[in-house]
Amino acid sequence: MRAARILVKSRKNWLKLLFVFMFLNLTGCAQLNIKPWVKPYERQHLADKIMSTNRNPIANMHIAHVYGARESARGAEGTGGGGCGCN
Amino acid sequence: MAVINLTQNHRLQALQLILCLVLFIGLNVFNNSQATVLDPDRADVLYHNYQGGGMKIDGPAILLRKKATESVAISAYYYVDMISSASVDVMSTASPYSEKRNEAQLGIEYLRDKTLMSMNVRQSDESDYLAKSISINISQDTFGDLTNLSLGLSFGDDQVMRNGDDNFNEQSKHYQLRVGINQIVTANLTANLSIEAIADQGYLNNPYRTVRYIDNTLPAGVGYQVEVYPKTRNSFTSKFSLNYYLPYRAALFLNYRYFSDSWDINSGDIELGYRHPINKSLELEFKLRYYQQSQANFYNDLFPYQDAQNFLARDKELSDFNDFTIGAGVTYTLPAKFSFGDWRSEASLQWDYIDFNYNNFRDPTAKGGVGNEPFYGFTANVVRMFFSLYF
Repeated sequence: MRAARILVKSRKNWLKLLFVFMFLNLTGCAQLNIKPWVKPYERQHLADKIMSTNRNPIANMHIAHVYGARESARGAEGTGGGGCGCN
Repeated sequence: MAVINLTQNHRLQALQLILCLVLFIGLNVFNNSQATVLDPDRADVLYHNYQGGGMKIDGPAILLRKKATESVAISAYYYVDMISSASVDVMSTASPYSEKRNEAQLGIEYLRDKTLMSMNVRQSDESDYLAKSISINISQDTFGDLTNLSLGLSFGDDQVMRNGDDNFNEQSKHYQLRVGINQIVTANLTANLSIEAIADQGYLNNPYRTVRYIDNTLPAGVGYQVEVYPKTRNSFTSKFSLNYYLPYRAALFLNYRYFSDSWDINSGDIELGYRHPINKSLELEFKLRYYQQSQANFYNDLFPYQDAQNFLARDKELSDFNDFTIGAGVTYTLPAKFSFGDWRSEASLQWDYIDFNYNNFRDPTAKGGVGNEPFYGFTANVVRMFFSLYF
């Protein structure tokens, strides 16, 4: 439970990090001279089907339904867009 | 929107996130030079079976996804639950029952350069429950396609009925807001952070469930009254995931999710998955998951007297408990001669074993006297068999 309490506090920090990240994106990362560090031709491992978390969407929906019916927690089951720039 | 009873902080945070994401995606939609593509067409047919705690739930499901053009895809999903229940809740105050639940979903996706927009409508109906919802989602690849940002909104409208009581008709509404960021960290590692806020308003009880209280005027020493839940519930969920490609072509998945709500339920779950191809056609999958939650502030296994509080619950899903899952799966890519034409097809079997342990929910069907029965626990086996066709 102590770990859980720490994580509640860190939730606000996660949001701050997300805002900072988005701000950097909005203002243009190029101005900070930050460039994508994994080139498209280096992403063959990430594009491998074994790395796909949404490879079997019909099974994932069933798993989420089973846990949703037996547990109080809900939300954030998905993979948040799931894009990895692998297409 | 007075019905959304989020705190000032939550509202501000949600607004900030929406503004950031809308502005960001808006700036990028018209500034792309390299297009991405929609997921491939596929059809899935599944049979699911859940057995545990006196319940058996099984049925089929079908998912179809087809591109209409290079930028538009449509999907349809149909799912059936055949429920036969003699759970501990049912056996303590009622009789076993059977029912059927049908769920249907229709979705459309539109891709414009690196922005994917989707809309989904859903309906689920049972003899005593009708749920309708609509979702919209937008996601955007950016920063050299290393980052994917997503934003989603959902609205649900439910009608709650009670079998055998034609005058019972209640409603509830559900609002969901979710944001996510998916980041390529290295050539072998991706990280994902998803956050979702949910606000419910209306009748949130199960109309059949009761709480028990001490009543020495009755021969059994215990009386029952219907549950009373608050009319609102707001929750906040964060999930962090890491996906790692191992050097010998296998994948490792780690998920941690934290949940808290306005009923004082806090929960955390951690999951570790491993996917290992044996050869070109056979693949194995293993999973371990641990979940624990604290109880709602109006939950009690045994109330001291009738109407002891404004809100009353003895739903074991709102109690203090934990569960542990061990799972395994196998996927077999069928040889071309057994498939349809040149289309690739896979057959999969997945099995989960879940062990539930309740820390403040006693088994009223067991001996020991009121309030001294052993704590309840049960195990469940969940099986999924499905066939996937890619065309």
